[in-house]
Amino acid sequence: MKKKIFSKRYIIETMIEGSLMLSAVFSIFITLGIIFVLCYESLEFFKEIPIKDFLTGTVWTPLFANPQFGILPLVAGTLLTTAVAVSVALPIGLITAIYLSEYAPHKFRETVKPILELLEAVPTVVYGYFALLFLTPLLQKVFENLSGFNALSPGLIMGIMIVPYVGSVSEDALKAVPMHIREGSYAMGATKLQTAFKVLIPSAFSGIAAAFIMGISRAIGETMIVAIAAGMMPNFTANPMEPIQTLTSYIVQVSLGDLPHGTIEYKTIFAAGIVLFIMTLSFNIIGFWLKKRIREAY
Amino acid sequence: MKETLQELKKKIAKRKFYNKIFAFIGFISTTVGIILLAVLFIDLAIDGAQRISYKFFTSFPSRFPEEAGILSAWVGTCLVMIVTAAAAVPLGVGAGIYLEEYAKKNWFTNLIEININNLAGVPSIIYGLLALGLFVYFFNFGESVLTGGLALALLILPIVIMATREAIRAIPNSMREAAYALGATKWQTVKDHIIPYSIGGILTGIIIGMSRAIGETAPIITVGALTFIAFLPPSPIEPEFPFLNFKWLMAPFTVMPIQMFNWVSRPQQAFHLNAAAAGIVLLVMTLLMNALAIYIRYKFRKKIKW
Repeated sequence: MKKKIFSKRYIIETMIEGSLMLSAVFSIFITLGIIFVLCYESLEFFKEIPIKDFLTGTVWTPLFANPQFGILPLVAGTLLTTAVAVSVALPIGLITAIYLSEYAPHKFRETVKPILELLEAVPTVVYGYFALLFLTPLLQKVFENLSGFNALSPGLIMGIMIVPYVGSVSEDALKAVPMHIREGSYAMGATKLQTAFKVLIPSAFSGIAAAFIMGISRAIGETMIVAIAAGMMPNFTANPMEPIQTLTSYIVQVSLGDLPHGTIEYKTIFAAGIVLFIMTLSFNIIGFWLKKRIREAY
Repeated sequence: MKETLQELKKKIAKRKFYNKIFAFIGFISTTVGIILLAVLFIDLAIDGAQRISYKFFTSFPSRFPEEAGILSAWVGTCLVMIVTAAAAVPLGVGAGIYLEEYAKKNWFTNLIEININNLAGVPSIIYGLLALGLFVYFFNFGESVLTGGLALALLILPIVIMATREAIRAIPNSMREAAYALGATKWQTVKDHIIPYSIGGILTGIIIGMSRAIGETAPIITVGALTFIAFLPPSPIEPEFPFLNFKWLMAPFTVMPIQMFNWVSRPQQAFHLNAAAAGIVLLVMTLLMNALAIYIRYKFRKKIKW
């Protein structure tokens, strides 16, 4: 039977399919929009500031009378808070994943997982408040040279915040290891601990690495916790006790002020944005690639 | 021979002991997050509870901490959420339906999928920069409720799409085939079967996305929301015909997390109490929404048995 091309039903079907397709294609326009806006504004910026000075300079004072535009202090600040966060999130996330998937009774897992997911639901501005006004004073009792704004306290909070994320990606990887591999290990007389560390972790390695990499990407992009509790000091340092500034909190600082559209200071936030975007994008791509390998392994 | 057996038993006992220790460490590390949540809540409650009163919800921000309230902030949050939902829900659900039910498996569909995964990993502040460049200056929407709502809509779009797809994917193929066998068209199948069966999962995704949007601060700061607003946007409902008014879309605004951020960043301790009170309101709002989402997911999972 031939399709009646002009029947009412056919026209409606085609129109609906078309509009649904448009909404799916829209997501590509978002990505294009991001790339376009970031490139357009930062190209203007790089016309005035040579890209070499931008990438290798160690002083970032764009709002001063004698401005200098070296991005390295912001990158260092970002990596510093990220390092603190990841060194908390990776061990806790991995141990939690092993515990929940191998040790915990089913009922315990089903109650604990939704509660842990709430950690990601808490608005980050609330975490910022907590890091600045609760954790920092507490840490100052232990480390006397810790300044009021520092990289340590927001890093720690950020780390616990991404535990559920790192944990759930690692757990997926552990679950993807086939049961007979576990059973083989148990049959040899291994304990659960030995099985976890000598069999499961090596087998699920690429998935766990994906969790690690994507955790890093999350920590790099986190904004409000560091904007509130890490200070606004572009400081080229690796010492977590000092106040620092990250790429994200610099953008916040500038946006809070009233900068006229088109000035060089206005364009700096897009230059910082493009560095941030490239950093998170490359980590995400590596993470996706590793995650995909979980499915291919068996 | 006897000695080695004893040694072996000793070894086994040691390993079992290590195993138990690890189980304990695992339990502790699982509870770290829960403890943090509890301490966070108690800390906020101790600092902020004294400031929560009827007046706190009905006053504008002020130079005097005792007078200050969150009226303009919560009204702003509600208005921004209307825009966000109006943009993100149809786009997100539509895209999800298209990708699961209509899209052919080819490089273009693959590209859209990779792209959505990737968008989910873009830091929220980048969406703020996009909205600043595109909505504020290119489309000239200004620093308005519309700009803020659209920025958040773009941000939660991947969440809504992924939740929709996951919900639709859970429907067995036999349902579709039954509908086609009775002569239903594709859209009739989607409208009368696919959407009703997956509505639980879709709603869960929408609510989670909206709760994320309520707490999101960074993109709203970037598009230039004001931190001190002592007036309300024009009311969306009018007594005269046509009863609706869209001037509020273009009004300057502030939202709850920005009000809280503003109070945290002040040096005076009295304002920190206000911040804690605003934090309690925010936390209760987002946690209630998440609880609702978990409840809906649980209820629908129970109801439908394929």
